[in-house]
Formats: sequence, C-alpha cells, structure tokens
Amino acid sequence: MANKVKKLGENKLDLQKLLAPIALVILYVGFSYLCPVLNNVKFFSTDYLITILESSYYIGLMGFGVTFIIITGGIDLSLGTVMMCAALLGGYAFKSGWNLILAVILTILVGVVFGVLNGLMVAKLKLPPFIATLGTQMVSMGIGSIITKVQSQTWPVATAEVGGWFKKVFIRAEIFGIKGFPVGAFWLFGFFIIAALILHKTKFGRYTYAIGSNEEAARLSGINVDNWKIAVYALSGFFIGMSGLLYAAAYTTITPGTGNGREMDGITAVVIGGTSMSGGSGTMVGTLIGVFIMSVLKAGLSALGLQAPWQTFCTGLVVIGAVLLDIQRTKAANRVKKS
Amino acid sequence: MSETILKMQGIQKYFPGVHALDDAQLEVRAGEVLALIGENGAGKSTLMKILTGIYAKDGGTVELFGESVEITSPRDAQEKGISIVHQELNLMQDLTVAENIFIGRESERGLFLDKAEQNRKTEELLKSLHLDISPKTVVRRLTVAKQQMVEIAKALSYNNTKILIMDEPSTALTESEIEDLFTFIRQLKATGVGIIYISHRMNELFQITDRITVMRDGQYVGTVQTAETNMDEIVQMMVGRVIYEEPKSQSNVPEDAPVVLEAVGLESLEVKNVSFKLKKGEILGFSGLMGAGRTETMRLICGADKRTGGKIIVNGKEVNIRTPKDAVRAGIGYLSEDRKRYGLCLGLSVADNTVLPSLDMVCSAAFVNEKKVAVEAGKYKEQLATKTPTVKTLVRSLSGGNQQKVVVSKWLMRDCDILIFDEPTKGIDVGAKSEIYKLMNKLASEGKSIIMISSEMPELLRMSDRIVVMCEGRVTGELDIAEATQEKIMTFATKREVG
Repeated sequence: MANKVKKLGENKLDLQKLLAPIALVILYVGFSYLCPVLNNVKFFSTDYLITILESSYYIGLMGFGVTFIIITGGIDLSLGTVMMCAALLGGYAFKSGWNLILAVILTILVGVVFGVLNGLMVAKLKLPPFIATLGTQMVSMGIGSIITKVQSQTWPVATAEVGGWFKKVFIRAEIFGIKGFPVGAFWLFGFFIIAALILHKTKFGRYTYAIGSNEEAARLSGINVDNWKIAVYALSGFFIGMSGLLYAAAYTTITPGTGNGREMDGITAVVIGGTSMSGGSGTMVGTLIGVFIMSVLKAGLSALGLQAPWQTFCTGLVVIGAVLLDIQRTKAANRVKKS
Repeated sequence: MSETILKMQGIQKYFPGVHALDDAQLEVRAGEVLALIGENGAGKSTLMKILTGIYAKDGGTVELFGESVEITSPRDAQEKGISIVHQELNLMQDLTVAENIFIGRESERGLFLDKAEQNRKTEELLKSLHLDISPKTVVRRLTVAKQQMVEIAKALSYNNTKILIMDEPSTALTESEIEDLFTFIRQLKATGVGIIYISHRMNELFQITDRITVMRDGQYVGTVQTAETNMDEIVQMMVGRVIYEEPKSQSNVPEDAPVVLEAVGLESLEVKNVSFKLKKGEILGFSGLMGAGRTETMRLICGADKRTGGKIIVNGKEVNIRTPKDAVRAGIGYLSEDRKRYGLCLGLSVADNTVLPSLDMVCSAAFVNEKKVAVEAGKYKEQLATKTPTVKTLVRSLSGGNQQKVVVSKWLMRDCDILIFDEPTKGIDVGAKSEIYKLMNKLASEGKSIIMISSEMPELLRMSDRIVVMCEGRVTGELDIAEATQEKIMTFATKREVG
C-alpha cells in the first residue's frame, strides 16, 4: 500500500517535470500559429529555427555553467559582463596581430580566470556569492573597456582573408551539402552532453549537489568543500568563456560596456529549467529546455513585431511563473513526504 | 475529578496516501499535565497540528469547554486559548527577548512602539516565571536552554492560555533547568491550565505528569494514570513489547585492549586541556551538563573546529587533524547530534548520502558507477536494517532513527573504525532507540571503537564501558562502568573549578 502510494506521488511529480517541455512546445506552436496571422511572418520555418538556435548558443553555454553554481547554492551575476569581456579581449588580441587560435584560447581563459576569481572570493574569503560576483560584474566590464580603450572589437567575418574559418567553425558552414548549416548547434549540444555528464555522472557532480544540499554535512563527510567550490566556479568560467566565443561568432562586433543584464538570460533559463535557487537540486536537461524557452520567446516576440521592451516584460512574467511552479513542485514533494 | 476542558474525538487525517490519524482521541482536564506519547510517526505531532490549527482535520470533533469548535488557523487556536511550545526553537535570533515574546502584539503608543512598556511587561512575566533573563537581551546571545525558556514564556504570555502544549520541551535543557521547568509547570497547573506534555524521556513523565495517553500508528491506544502505571507497561503500550533493560554491570573490553585513539591536552576556546584514551571495541561514554564542552571536544577531534593545542594519536601514531578530511582519512567518523544540520544532505537520496564520504570507491574511471552505489548502499541498508522503501528514497522522508542509520552507514562504508556518536538517540522514539543501542553494541563487538556523548544518564549507564565526565571544558572525572552511578557522575559533572 505504502509503495503504491509512493509511486502515485512520484507520477504526479513526473507530470510536473514535464511542464517545462510542454510549455516549450506550446510556445513554439503558439508562435507558429500567431506570427503569420498577426504579423505575416512565417515563424514555422527553417530560417526561424536557425535564428532561435543561434540566439540560444550563448544563453545555453552560460546556463550550463551557472547551473553548477546555482546547484551549490551560489549565484553568478558576472556571467554577462565576463562573457563580453572575454569576447572583447579575444577580439582585441586578434586585432593586435595575435593568431586567431591564440585569441580563441585567450577568450576561454578570460572566462576561467574570472571563474577562479569568483571561486576564491566565495570559498576562501567567504564573500557571499551575490556580492562577490556583483563585484566581478563591474570589474570585468571595466577591464574590457580599459584594455580596448572603449573601442568596439570585431571578430573575423566568414569572408575575411585571415580567420575566415572562425564563423565556419563556430556558427555556420556548408556541410552535408547544406549552405549555412548551423554548426554552432554541435557546440551547444556537445557542451550540453559534457555538462550533463559532469553534473550527473561524476564525483564532481555529486559533490556539487552535496554542497548545495548541506555544505556543512559535506564538509564533515571529509569533502574539501572550498576547493570543490573553486572548481565549480572555474568550470562555470570555462563555459562562460565558450559562450563569449559563440557570442562573438554569432554577432561579430562586440561593444565595450555591454553585457550587463545578459546574465539574467542565463540565470532565468536555469530557473525556468527547474533548478532551485536554494541549491541542491536541478538538472542539465531542465536548463537546456529553459534555454530554448528563452530563445523561442525572444525570437517569437520579435517575430510578432514586439521589440525589446516587450521581450523583457514577457521574460519577467515567465520567470515569475517558473518560480511559482517550482514552489508548487516543492510543496507537492513535501506533502507526499509527510507521514 | 476536575473539569474536562478539551475533548478531541474520532479525529481523522489523511495525507496523500497515508492515513495519518485514524479515530484519534484526546481528553485534557483543567489543571492537569497529560503526557502524550508514542513512537515517531504515531501521530502525536499531527494531532497537535490539528489542535493548533496548522492542519485541518478530515473528520471527528473538537470540544473546548464542552462546546464544539472548529480551529481554522494558528491564530484562531491562540485566541481560543491553545498555545504551543514547539520542539524546534522559533525565535528570531536578532530580536530581543521582549520583542520575541510580544511579536505581533507589540505595545504601541500612537504610531510608535512603546518599548519601555513592552520591556516592563516582559520583565514582569519573566519574574513570575523565576527567569533571570533581561527583556532587552538579544536572543542570539542566550544559551539554547534559556531560549527554550523564553519560548515557554512566550506561550504563557497569552493571558487566556487554557491549554498549553509542550513538544519535547526538555530536549535542550540540563538537569537543573528541567527542575526549573517542572517548577513552572506545577505553578501553571495550580492556575487551572491544562498541559499536554510530549516527551520521549520516560523518567520525566513519572515526575511531572498526571495521566499518560499513548498513541500508536495514528490510533489512540489508551490512557493511564501515571501513579498507577510503570515504565514497562507504557513502553509495551507504545510498541507492544518490553524493551527496558538494566544498566550494564561491567565493561566488555579486556584490560589489555589496544588504545585506538588518544587525545592529549586538547585546547580551544571552549576546551581546556582535555585528555582521554579510547580502546578498541570500547564504548566510551561522555557525560556532562549542557555546555560542558563535550561536543566541542569531539569537533576538535574530527577537525570541524580549530584546535589551538594538544595532540591526537590514532593507533599509536600522531595525526595532524586540521580539517574534517584529515579526520575521515584517519578513520574517525562523527555523528552529530544535529543530523539535519551536520550529518545529512536531506535533499539527496539514501544512496547518495551513504556513499558521500567514499565516492572514490564507487567511481569507475571518471564516472560514478550507479550500480555500485546502489549495491553498496543496499548492503548497508540490509546490514543496519534501515527502513526505507528503496535506497533512492530521499533521506528527508525517513524517520529520525532511520536517518541516524544512514549516517552510520556513511561511516561504515568509509571504513571508519572510530565512531563518535553525539547524542545518538536525540529525538528518536523508544523503539528506534533500542535498535540504535543494539547497533552500537554490535559495532563495538565487531571491533569498532565508539565514543558516545549523551545527556541521558540511563543511556550512559546502559551503554558505556567507561564514562568520562566533563564540566566547563575540562575532564573532571572518569568512571569504570562497574563503579559508575548517577550520583557519582553528577558529582563530577558539577565539579566546577573554583576561582
């Protein structure tokens, strides 16, 4: 009897886990129906699908990285500006005559360095993650502007003589005989798989959950919590460096002093994906779905002819909805557990 | 016989899939202390939550002073004269005693708070309870015991309180504080308040209660007059078996057993020059009053806090323990009295918790081998007879005793030979307690060495081979079980340094 009951409870939870994917499908179908009717735009098309994909690259990479941080019970507000800083410095290095490969490596390294910095501040200096990363947010934005002397930086376009491969490797290329094939999707899904494997299948992932669930218990279990936390922030930094690269590949020109606010795209995707802000729970698949919900929403609203302010407005509503859902989910889970 | 002030009858409560209360009943008379007991999960808390308006009942009637009532919210319960002192402290740590007591009912003068008036009222209240606490003290600065007293004072500050529920009020209190508590309770009785007293501590029930109501599996078992019953009868009502055992008469450890752990002159802020030895296969009891520094000593040994002096010798070799990791590596496992805070990741599964300290053992290459995790966790689940549907079940949903077993399995799997149990049966019901005892005895007989901190004398006398007594951060005495008595322990425990 008790077992049967438990199962029932779990099924109910499963249904709630399906809500995010269902929401994604509804959004996509909804926009596919509404856009042609209201704005005479064909949303349900390969072109739009590619637009959606391409706007999810950087959100996705950010989201994968920050998922780890949020599961440990932390937060990273520096995602957006570090991403921009990495892309700026990489672009600057390239313009200054660096080999493009070195510039690419530098971009990723910038992300890692800021990640390690955040990790050190949080784990060793015991700064609250909110404050530490708020500081990094400003520092990274400042550094990007200072080094580039507030000049926009341009990464090579596909037709460029030097480094023309950049876009082909990271964004679009002609493969399988298809022109403009979105190769960025390989990176997105490739890193998704890597992130999911790390989170769900390795010791690193286990410790991430354990720290978020009960840091003190983890420490007393003989886990070097401080070092693992630094590692978590560093790994997240790597993903953010990658997101800078994909952002650069997608949008080519990077303007100093921007990026502020983009962190919310990443964090929002994670929250929509069901990761609890209080740590200890969440999944990578959830984040991926959250990322697509974000990018479908962005693409769909602009296809409806509604511009940035509307997008912001709607994203806000989605976040509130997602968190409400999360609360309901937790409540339901707790109710089943009461005996 | 005095007037019946509360009568709950035929109470039903369902949670999704669980019939939590089935025909539960309770009757409280004016000016009596009624003990409500039962194993964890027997439905005591649920019944109290219905009485205080936290849960709505699914059936049955509640009669207050002979009138049928519906209690719709905690506030409603309060207005009807029902107050509760929760087991967990619910005080706001950064507010003062007075602010805590009058939260939601602040004294006001026009738009502003009248702090002076509030403090004066609090002072009066505390004085009437013989509590030596200033109303202006910030709660954080009080000991847990004092905080508990404030909590009780808060419940009593509602003038109309006719029924007071105390959920394990004595858990955090020392012997002398318990005496104080009982003194209030007697005073309160005299004013005609009916008290529902929930406790796992049998000896207290006999000291303070008038009648005892026993619940089991959500059902009412029966009510007995305290004066006409004995411990065995009550335990039998609770679990349907006699479990009370006599104290251990002599040590099970041979004289020449090797010393596995030796502490020499441990020092920290709260610990002063503490030395002791633990032998292989021994259960070494640690006794002392609240604040004697027992937990603090153990936290030094397991690397949780910073040690300012002293040596720790494991199996004859000095080990430099600076972090919990060092201690775990040396084979020392610590089972905190606060499992939820220090022992378990409540949001993770039984299996994940079990393998947490020994993840390396279940990793194949870079990846965690799920199968191995399940097998290992399952092994300890069997060995310790942990009651959980599967090893995938979240630890949060287990009862206290079974959570404790999960912590034990963590350390067993990590191959820890020295286990430090800090209040191993705190908040655990009688049936599960005896299981924990059995488990500890089994572990000791298998060659594990155990340190057990306990505030319960009967538990210490029953389990230990030797007892170390501490007071104010120092070791004040050591007793072989053959010579140990409650009186001797108490003498050492109160042997304060003079000057």
